[in-house]
Amino acid sequence: MDPRIEPTAADEDGWTVAGRRFRSRLIVGTGKYKDLEQTAAAIEASGAEIVTVAVRRVNLADPGAPMLQDYVDPKRVMYLPNTAGCHTAQEAVRTLRLAREAGGWNLVKLEVLGPPPTLYPDMAATVEAAAALIQDGFEVMVYCADDPVAAKRLEAMGCVAIMPLGAPIGSGLGIQNPAMLSMLIEQTAVPLLVDAGVGTASDAAIAMELGCDAVLLNSAIAMAKDPIRMARAMRLAVEAGREAFLAGRMARRMGADPSSPLTGLIRR
Amino acid sequence: MKDTTLSLTVNGEARTLAGPTSVAALLAGLGFDARKVAVERNEAIVPRSVYGETWLAPGDALEIVHFIGGG
Repeated sequence: MDPRIEPTAADEDGWTVAGRRFRSRLIVGTGKYKDLEQTAAAIEASGAEIVTVAVRRVNLADPGAPMLQDYVDPKRVMYLPNTAGCHTAQEAVRTLRLAREAGGWNLVKLEVLGPPPTLYPDMAATVEAAAALIQDGFEVMVYCADDPVAAKRLEAMGCVAIMPLGAPIGSGLGIQNPAMLSMLIEQTAVPLLVDAGVGTASDAAIAMELGCDAVLLNSAIAMAKDPIRMARAMRLAVEAGREAFLAGRMARRMGADPSSPLTGLIRR
Repeated sequence: MKDTTLSLTVNGEARTLAGPTSVAALLAGLGFDARKVAVERNEAIVPRSVYGETWLAPGDALEIVHFIGGG
């Protein structure tokens, strides 16, 4: 490295959720990849220290099938179990109790979804599930609507991170709600993450420039033509967005303001 | 030992096992690494530390799960 380049703020910058400190502000999902080799390579390229995982029945007919843990070592990256597919508080609690036994930790991602085609967060069911999980000793990072009232309620209940969507899950539509996200960032004392909607690197950068603590995404990497390259792009975008947020953007102005001095011009 | 068989369900599938069988023996018999799965018996978690001394009973409903890729 060029010795003249000082360590950047991003090198020392970090964030804390539920008392755990992380350097990377990118959390990635482990779904939708071609195979487990590609999953592992994409996670590596993303630099993520936390990955989301789902809990499902083992295949009794194929006990020797490769398992996620064989490719993505839970000692190297932290598994964040989710409740994908759960539609009630009871299912969510059952699923995460199994996850806690399988993995031995209590930091989890709660999501309770409404029906397709939006799979929009079901906030009434989410609040009910969060209450049951917190009661049972879980530390809950919660996927939610960009609803400041619901988000405040979830925070007051004791959720350890508020994770609104930027657009529907898997849509890749990008950050459709920057104004609402800014208001949520303003009102939220625990970490605020964009979870869902990111489609490409600039979307992740926008989320970070708004002041999010981190970004959670899956499809944008897994569904890219070259997932490993997109994983790297996302790592850089999250770092760039964070740096830009810390740097503080210039003020917008209506009209031009030349960058070069107007004095000393040659004249005929 | 008297001849006993156990009829129960594992992940929703009916199974008949030679009894008595512990959770540890069931997992070993099915070919799963106990360190990579979690087990629920009749909707209650079976802690990994007691797999060897948790004996299955007729009619038990077992769920054996693991972590898979997800977002």
